[in-house]
Amino acid sequence: MADKVKFELVSPEKLLLSEDVAMVVVPGGEGNFGVLPGHSLLISTVRPGIIDVYADDQRSVSQRIFVSGGFAEVTPERCTVLADEAIPVGEIDRAVAKSEAKEAEGHHAGLKDQVARATSDDRSEVLAQLRAAERRLATAQAKLEALRSVAH
Amino acid sequence: MASLKDLRNRIRSVRSTQKITSAMKMVAASRLRRAQEQALAARPYAERMERMLGSLATNLRSQPNAPKLLAGTGSEQTHLLLVATSDRGLAGGFNASILREARRTLRQLQRDGRQVKIFTIGRKGRDALRRDHAKLILENLTEIGRPRLTFANAEDVAGRLVARFEAGEFDVCTVIFNRFKSAISQIVTKQQLIPFAITEAKEQDKADLQGAIYEFEPEESEILTELLPRNLAVQIFTALLENAASEQGARMTAMDNATRNAGEMIDRLNITYNRSRQAAITKELIEIISGAEAL
Repeated sequence: MADKVKFELVSPEKLLLSEDVAMVVVPGGEGNFGVLPGHSLLISTVRPGIIDVYADDQRSVSQRIFVSGGFAEVTPERCTVLADEAIPVGEIDRAVAKSEAKEAEGHHAGLKDQVARATSDDRSEVLAQLRAAERRLATAQAKLEALRSVAH
Repeated sequence: MASLKDLRNRIRSVRSTQKITSAMKMVAASRLRRAQEQALAARPYAERMERMLGSLATNLRSQPNAPKLLAGTGSEQTHLLLVATSDRGLAGGFNASILREARRTLRQLQRDGRQVKIFTIGRKGRDALRRDHAKLILENLTEIGRPRLTFANAEDVAGRLVARFEAGEFDVCTVIFNRFKSAISQIVTKQQLIPFAITEAKEQDKADLQGAIYEFEPEESEILTELLPRNLAVQIFTALLENAASEQGARMTAMDNATRNAGEMIDRLNITYNRSRQAAITKELIEIISGAEAL
């Protein structure tokens, strides 16, 4: 099919989605990009955000899926997203997301204190923990952001 | 000859053993189905990850600043063996075959003058290797993936490996696990994890893509530094899933055999029991008759 792209969304645990679509918009590491049939070869990182799937035409979104990061590979015929974690936006639980964000925030702040006090020996370890916490926080915030954008 | 009471007790005990083994067989069969489904579901991700890495890796491997996870440290002195076994026994030759391969590899590497270190997953592997190679073991993980193996488990293992690799503790890492073929056959597999090995099949794939130039967002090398640890986790995840399915398969087969053997044993014991009962009755009759004749 010339006017469709084969879109595949895979998480480590399973193949989540595999269908022919008109267009997908992927939150790339350096900005969102839309994939139409015939897109040039591209490999990109994916930041936490929403993937918009346009199944039939380029005007209406048929599916919105939250991904917490990963990688995307684009060729003229297909678009493959390797997601760390993916949930349809409608299935995100607002309360859970909120408490996750709160927890991540608290954890992050605590670690920042630890970094300030850390001695040179365990500094790198604490820094690694801080980076992990930052990533978790970013994911949690992006999740909330996703919910907000849907509500509008 | 054993008394009738002894025989009865024996039969009863074998019968209860048979009940246990047949229950274990049922449990293993249902777990096997789940493990197999999970392993199957994880395959697409691993395949696509491999394809992506394949298209990235070729042009970068030869560059001087290629990441170490891809190009290696330039030395092959220290090997790390990641030995993946199960936590529970009673799974036939499952753990024994992995350990045999691990020991063989270890001896061979040592004969070549290499230094070997061991990282075990699963209680059985740890217990067996601790006996004669306690000094080589760096780390043990047990009870991993209970009740269900998740990708986070694999990421955890990968994180530990990368940390040790970056600290310069080893140059080459190989995982030894059982690849699931069917419930009755599992194949011990050795797979090199670090540096990342592009196999023949993948080389072939790339030939089709030759001349195709990818655009990278952000930089190629930046993507690679993120992708490589992730790929490591994926490979470990696949290995652990295959191992989990193999374990259940091996256990199911072993328990099926045990159940059948117990059945045979019960039959044999029953025959002996009936014969000795009959013999006792005959003996008593002879005694009565000969007593009566003597009068």
